[in-house]
Amino acid sequence: MEFLVSPSSSSGIVPSSRWLLFYVAAVFSFLYLPIAVLIVYSFNGEGVGGFPPRHLTLDWYRLLFTDGAIWDSFLNSLQVAFAAMAISLIFGIPAALALDRAKFPGKALFRRLVLLPLILPGIITGLSLLMLFNMTGVRLSLMTIVLGHGTALISVATTEVFAGLQKLDRAQEEASLDLGANYWQTFWRITVPNLKLPIIGAALLIFTLSMDEIAVSFFLIGRDNTLPLEIWGRLRRGITPEINAVSTIIFVFSLATIVLWYRLNARAEGMAEIAAEMMNDDKSV
Amino acid sequence: MFSRTYKLIVTLPPLVWVTAFLLVPYFLMFCYSFWSVTPSQTILHSWNLDNYKELVVKTTYWQTLLRSMWIAARVTIFSLMLGYPLAYFLSFYAGPRKDLLYQLVIIPLWVSYLVRAYAWKTILGSEGVLNTLLQYVHLTRHPLDFLLYSPFAVVLTLTHIYTPFAVLPIYAALEHIPRNLVEASHDLGATPTQTFWKVIFPLSIPGVVAGATFAFVLSLGDFLAPLLLGGPSGIMISNIVVSLFGAAYNWPLGAAISLGMLIIVVSLLFVSERLEKKWSFS
Repeated sequence: MEFLVSPSSSSGIVPSSRWLLFYVAAVFSFLYLPIAVLIVYSFNGEGVGGFPPRHLTLDWYRLLFTDGAIWDSFLNSLQVAFAAMAISLIFGIPAALALDRAKFPGKALFRRLVLLPLILPGIITGLSLLMLFNMTGVRLSLMTIVLGHGTALISVATTEVFAGLQKLDRAQEEASLDLGANYWQTFWRITVPNLKLPIIGAALLIFTLSMDEIAVSFFLIGRDNTLPLEIWGRLRRGITPEINAVSTIIFVFSLATIVLWYRLNARAEGMAEIAAEMMNDDKSV
Repeated sequence: MFSRTYKLIVTLPPLVWVTAFLLVPYFLMFCYSFWSVTPSQTILHSWNLDNYKELVVKTTYWQTLLRSMWIAARVTIFSLMLGYPLAYFLSFYAGPRKDLLYQLVIIPLWVSYLVRAYAWKTILGSEGVLNTLLQYVHLTRHPLDFLLYSPFAVVLTLTHIYTPFAVLPIYAALEHIPRNLVEASHDLGATPTQTFWKVIFPLSIPGVVAGATFAFVLSLGDFLAPLLLGGPSGIMISNIVVSLFGAAYNWPLGAAISLGMLIIVVSLLFVSERLEKKWSFS
């Protein structure tokens, strides 16, 4: 790889890699500019527009903390996210095991069906469920949103856990079964501990995706709002930096989650590297 | 090594759940699309093709669908144009900063969709950050009003949202290219440009196809960005569906359009899967 950037290799490459660097910097600024603007204007006393920002203040955050509707919707979203996470994991983990280990008619169709909501526009998932609840006479509430999120996000749990299973060494499970543990014990003592990282990763991802979800919730909402729908309602009425403030807080929370996940992952990768090195040592001896 | 009972226990619950909450609802959508609604707003369960006839005859639906596809196509092209060089840089030039830069691509994905669309609204509005900045530095005297409430605003916002989606599969494909192929090409006298176009790019096509599919499908079905930033000229096909399920109250017609979208999406996924297989080398 090194030769691609070293100046000695070819006369044409250095300027082009410099241009590439410039281009990449521009793309990153495009990706981060709106987020920066959002955060800066959450401290702006004059409102959401207007350059330059004037009168820096924490008023919008203060307003936010006394805003009952925002808090209620936040608590609703929290409940929905936890419940959706439970549903997605309870059905997504077995689905991954089934795809990895069982053979049954219609397996290919099953796989596609489970993964479809990952790429399907939310409106189709939302509307098809709305028709189901309408036909069966289920009243729309936070519960219907939980069912929507839980079902759509099974795809996330299944993909993450399935990827983990592909790397899993089956010998451990085999040994456990041979030594007299039953499937239930083997599942909890061998399979789950080995899949800890994919499961935690899936749980965090499902949680944040559910907290942010709006397209499916849009159709399944009852009387109580989730946080994104509360924000949506306010956007339609007119905008204040209070929305910037709540968005900034959501951003910081998401960032904290991703840093947490990255650290867990880095630690695991570090362990894997140590293990690999130890195995190499064994061979050399 | 796994018994029948084990296989049954891991297979049956997800199978039942997915059937009840995905397969049955899609089937219901299919049924609805053949029903009709009376003037007194009750849904008649009598089977007919009226909804599909209306879709074929009325040009509004076709025009809106075409406009949505054109918006989605632009979003796809721009996302690839921004995303490919970024993925390429990450894979070949980033060196020790690779991990950090990769995380920087992921972070915007974790910022809620709504928040990002809203941020663009505050930037593009007539009293927004961009217009006031332009006037502040005396580049313009009056606010530019074509920025917000236009297809331009929708394309810009959706490009911002889906560029990371394009980067990730392209990056994964680039990372899978054996580095000795690149070295061999160089050793055999190819210039960096030739190496890129004859070795690297063809091998990255599966990633490009995956990224393009993501960007196109997800932006095709979007209805929130057009509602927030699109204005009347930025209406997309999903907005028509939303109004049919809301104020216009014609669920059967809305179901017919949704089913059409579902069919378009599933066929695109089918085509892209074929393309990815055709271009993958391993």
